[in-house]
Amino acid sequence: MKDRLMDTIKISAKDVQVYYADNHAIKDVNVEIEDKTVTAFIGPSGCGKSTFLRCLNRMNETIDICRVEGDILIDGEDIYDRRVDPVQLRAKVGMVFQKPNPFPKSIYDNVAYGPRIHGLARAKSDLDEIVEKSLRKAAIWDEVKDRLDAPGTGLSGGQQQRLCIARAVATAPEVLLMDEPCSALDPIATAQVEELIDELRQNFAVVIVTHSMQQAARVSQKTAFFHLGNLVEYGDTNQIFTKPSDPRTESYITGRIG
Amino acid sequence: MSVFWLTLAVFLIALLGTLAGYRRAFSVVAGDVRKLHSLPKYYGSFVGFTVLIPSLLLLILWVVAPPLEQVSTKFRMFLVLGLAVLLMVLALSRITPDFRARNAVERVVLGLLIAAASLAILTTIGIVLSMLFETRNFFGLYSWKDFFFGLKWAPSFRGDSELSILPLLWGTIYISLIALLVSVPIGLFAAIYLSEYAGPKTRGVAKPLLEILAGIPTIVYGLFALLTVGPLLLRTFGSGGLLGVDWMTGATAVLTAGLVMGIMLIPFVSSLSDDIINAVPQAMRDGSLGLGATKSETIRQVVIPAALPGIIGAILLAASRAIGETMIVVLGAGALAKFSLDPLEAMTTITTRIVSQLTGDGDFASPETLVAFALGLTLFVLTLGLNVIALYIVRTYREQYE
Amino acid sequence: MSNTLKNSLLTLDARTKKRNAAETRFRVYGIAAIGAGLAMLILLLVTIFGNGLGAFQQTFVTLNVPLLEEKLDKNSTRNLEKIKKVSTFGYAPLLKQAMEDTLAENGIETDLKSKKQAALLSKSAAAQLRNYVLANPDMIGATVEFTFLANARVDGYLKDRVTRESIADDKNINATQLDLVDALLAAEVIEQRFNLSFITGADASDQRPEAAGMGVSMLGSFFMMLVVLALALPIGVAASIYLEEFAPKNWITDIIEVNISNLAAVPSIVFGILGLAVFINSMHLPQSAPLVGGLVLTLMTLPTIIISTRASLKSVPPSIRDAALGVGASKMQSVFHHVLPLAAPGILTGTIIGLAQALGETAPLLLIGMIGFIASNAPDSVASGFLDPNSAMPAQIYEWAKRADPAFYERAWGGIIILLVFLITMNTIAVILRRRFERRW
Repeated sequence: MKDRLMDTIKISAKDVQVYYADNHAIKDVNVEIEDKTVTAFIGPSGCGKSTFLRCLNRMNETIDICRVEGDILIDGEDIYDRRVDPVQLRAKVGMVFQKPNPFPKSIYDNVAYGPRIHGLARAKSDLDEIVEKSLRKAAIWDEVKDRLDAPGTGLSGGQQQRLCIARAVATAPEVLLMDEPCSALDPIATAQVEELIDELRQNFAVVIVTHSMQQAARVSQKTAFFHLGNLVEYGDTNQIFTKPSDPRTESYITGRIG
Repeated sequence: MSVFWLTLAVFLIALLGTLAGYRRAFSVVAGDVRKLHSLPKYYGSFVGFTVLIPSLLLLILWVVAPPLEQVSTKFRMFLVLGLAVLLMVLALSRITPDFRARNAVERVVLGLLIAAASLAILTTIGIVLSMLFETRNFFGLYSWKDFFFGLKWAPSFRGDSELSILPLLWGTIYISLIALLVSVPIGLFAAIYLSEYAGPKTRGVAKPLLEILAGIPTIVYGLFALLTVGPLLLRTFGSGGLLGVDWMTGATAVLTAGLVMGIMLIPFVSSLSDDIINAVPQAMRDGSLGLGATKSETIRQVVIPAALPGIIGAILLAASRAIGETMIVVLGAGALAKFSLDPLEAMTTITTRIVSQLTGDGDFASPETLVAFALGLTLFVLTLGLNVIALYIVRTYREQYE
Repeated sequence: MSNTLKNSLLTLDARTKKRNAAETRFRVYGIAAIGAGLAMLILLLVTIFGNGLGAFQQTFVTLNVPLLEEKLDKNSTRNLEKIKKVSTFGYAPLLKQAMEDTLAENGIETDLKSKKQAALLSKSAAAQLRNYVLANPDMIGATVEFTFLANARVDGYLKDRVTRESIADDKNINATQLDLVDALLAAEVIEQRFNLSFITGADASDQRPEAAGMGVSMLGSFFMMLVVLALALPIGVAASIYLEEFAPKNWITDIIEVNISNLAAVPSIVFGILGLAVFINSMHLPQSAPLVGGLVLTLMTLPTIIISTRASLKSVPPSIRDAALGVGASKMQSVFHHVLPLAAPGILTGTIIGLAQALGETAPLLLIGMIGFIASNAPDSVASGFLDPNSAMPAQIYEWAKRADPAFYERAWGGIIILLVFLITMNTIAVILRRRFERRW
């Protein structure tokens, strides 16, 4: 256990600030996210956890007035370096969104979209293989293998989200970002996705934003607590939930704030 | 008494009745208006409407369908005015403190509102009937098979005209096709750029400017085609021109009208496409960008396919506008009806021929003039069909996202 | 999982470079499309103003005309009836005399006969002279200074439309006449001036493009717009109120709404056919009358006004209606006392825009006869304004375009400028109204 130290840090954030025009939304965030681990970002609404998550794959750039300062390094490389193309970054860092958003295409084409645009398959057979592997990884292969041509939008909510997870892992990312992936799902679908997250951590660094402390406690090994744009406390999930060091963390855990 | 003065007299009686009703309302409660069910003005209006509406209806009926030819206008005058006065007396007598004048008046007003709304249906019925009637007369003089399936359009004064719609249909479709070829790519790309790439400042300037193109009357485009674009093309493609070829003989041509019509349709296509593209949820774009797609890949492979039904609907609506357009083709396309693939030739359209056949010197009941109604009916059905299909496609598509 | 992307993020791989190139190309297409659209707009405006501004400047000839008594009133009776008997033909000699006198005054020599000299003047000059004499018969015998229009060829010469090369086959003017024009120009007898009568005057026949004006057709448009305003606004608002506030959600209402949206997309020429068949053939209303034009345009504008009025009514929040009902107003009172006044600015804006569209419509007017040389006399009363044959601005422009004469083409472009000025004014007023009175609930 203890030898997983230096070479398992996947993402390293140092003194990260995020501004929306003049509003200083994220302040002085320092965190080191480990590989092959599930890290949960928790905190009350509007505390900045989703904003910070979106910094990790530069999705915050879709908003014009957003400005990022500080360093975010993945595998030691600054992802905000001028030489980095976000397009390449996002193949390496996948994202699953709050509300399942499958494309109005077939299940096959949904999953094949990423590999196609990044040119990951040389032949149709390669693509078929990638699609099957991704659907298996998302634990949905058995349910859809006979109807890969059916539209992705025709699946149930939980299935759609697992389809989106399959889509995200199809580009062979190394990091998987999940922004409240279960908040639009019913309890059964939620349970399925949580089980999936546990399997996914064998291959990826998973960062999950969740407003449910119980979910964070169930699925993650490390937890970061955000409050009013600051990263208040970061540590092992067990420790955060049983012996938090910061009084604000304790207030959130016990339900006094939130 | 003429209709004009009779109408005026009826209005005057109604006005008198309104005032009388208003004062009577006061008098039946000895000045204490709290005892009245409705405000005094409603009692006045009640009398006024009771006089006005039936009397006017009688008058209109008499004018449109006089019952007996011999009956003099004097009799009409007595009847109408007599009715008006009678109604006034009757209405005044109904005024009591408990009488619900306001409700009665509001019922009348509701009836007027319904009548106004029904005018829309009346107009459509009017359009269809007026054309249907004369078209039937036309098909009594000229075989409908020849009209729909014949191949020549050559009206003549001698009476042996050939009046087939097919050459005109060909000209219409050819010109509309060129117009779509110009307006759809430009309009679509402009809409894509403005909604996906442009900043608010660019949008704020470019969009209104493009809208100006939409507000320019079609006569201006027609003149532009005749006097500017036509000669320009002639100088390029005509003998002694830029390219040194002799492909074009006159300024009016399919290409002239088609190009100018395309320019006119650019803002139309652009604003429709803009609405449709904006209706695609942002979540879909995020999903694509999150996978590492570039913006253009997202647009090409996710947004446009999602918006495709709406875009097709927009194209159909643009085609419908192009087919029904008159001034640009009257001035820019020419008068010869022919089946030709050469865009540098003059070719006439359905709308042009409607104008020429109805403004010519021919006898109204001749087939050469009546054919215009058959053309008009065909045009109406064609554009209606396109609009209905377009609306159906857009509506089905919209349901996907709601 | 095989991972072909384990390269450094700091180096762009080849495929990403290609994709970025495609991205840039795509953006360029977009900018090119907008550029093309704007270029067309600029081309259009440049063409309009380049060709049309000339119509506002016209060539005038200033002459002192002796009102010779022996030609006009032989017996010195000053009897108006007798003087009227002298037709415009009889005034021609006066003009010839005036030209000769002017040439002599300015020391200009020419080989032309006096008839050819006087031909430089517009054919409307004689009529102008006659009208003056009939209005001021006491001036017979005196010499009065007049400013006449020069004919279209002279005007074209000064505007570089007519050149010494182009007149080779022209029967209406020859090189010697042009020499005379140059001389008169130098002597300031001929000059170019702002032509107010283009804006206020009536249309003129084929042979006198220099005298053609938009004034009468402007009045025709004005009367038509009055009809449209008086009919389309109340009927449109009434229909909208019914559909928006009172109509039950049944199939009849559906049919009405489908009809309205279909009518909005029907080609304008079909409305012209309707107007011809119903208003002129069945109801026997006077042909070419602004009243009929107004009725046709009302039917065309109705759907537009209904659609925009409904949007304005929809934008008034339900809480307003609830508040009115809450104090005991009837539904109709709540609509007319509360909703309608609040929706009024939006309704007004939509109406102005609808009127602007109607102002520019041409096709239906062609079918009900509002083209041809009919905008020749200003209407003398309000009734005749509605009922006498007249044209409208766009129809007048079309008529001039059909005459295939470069002098009339210039008039057509000039007419377009006037039409555009009206449209821009109306649309600007609509936008200002919208900005001033728009409420954000």
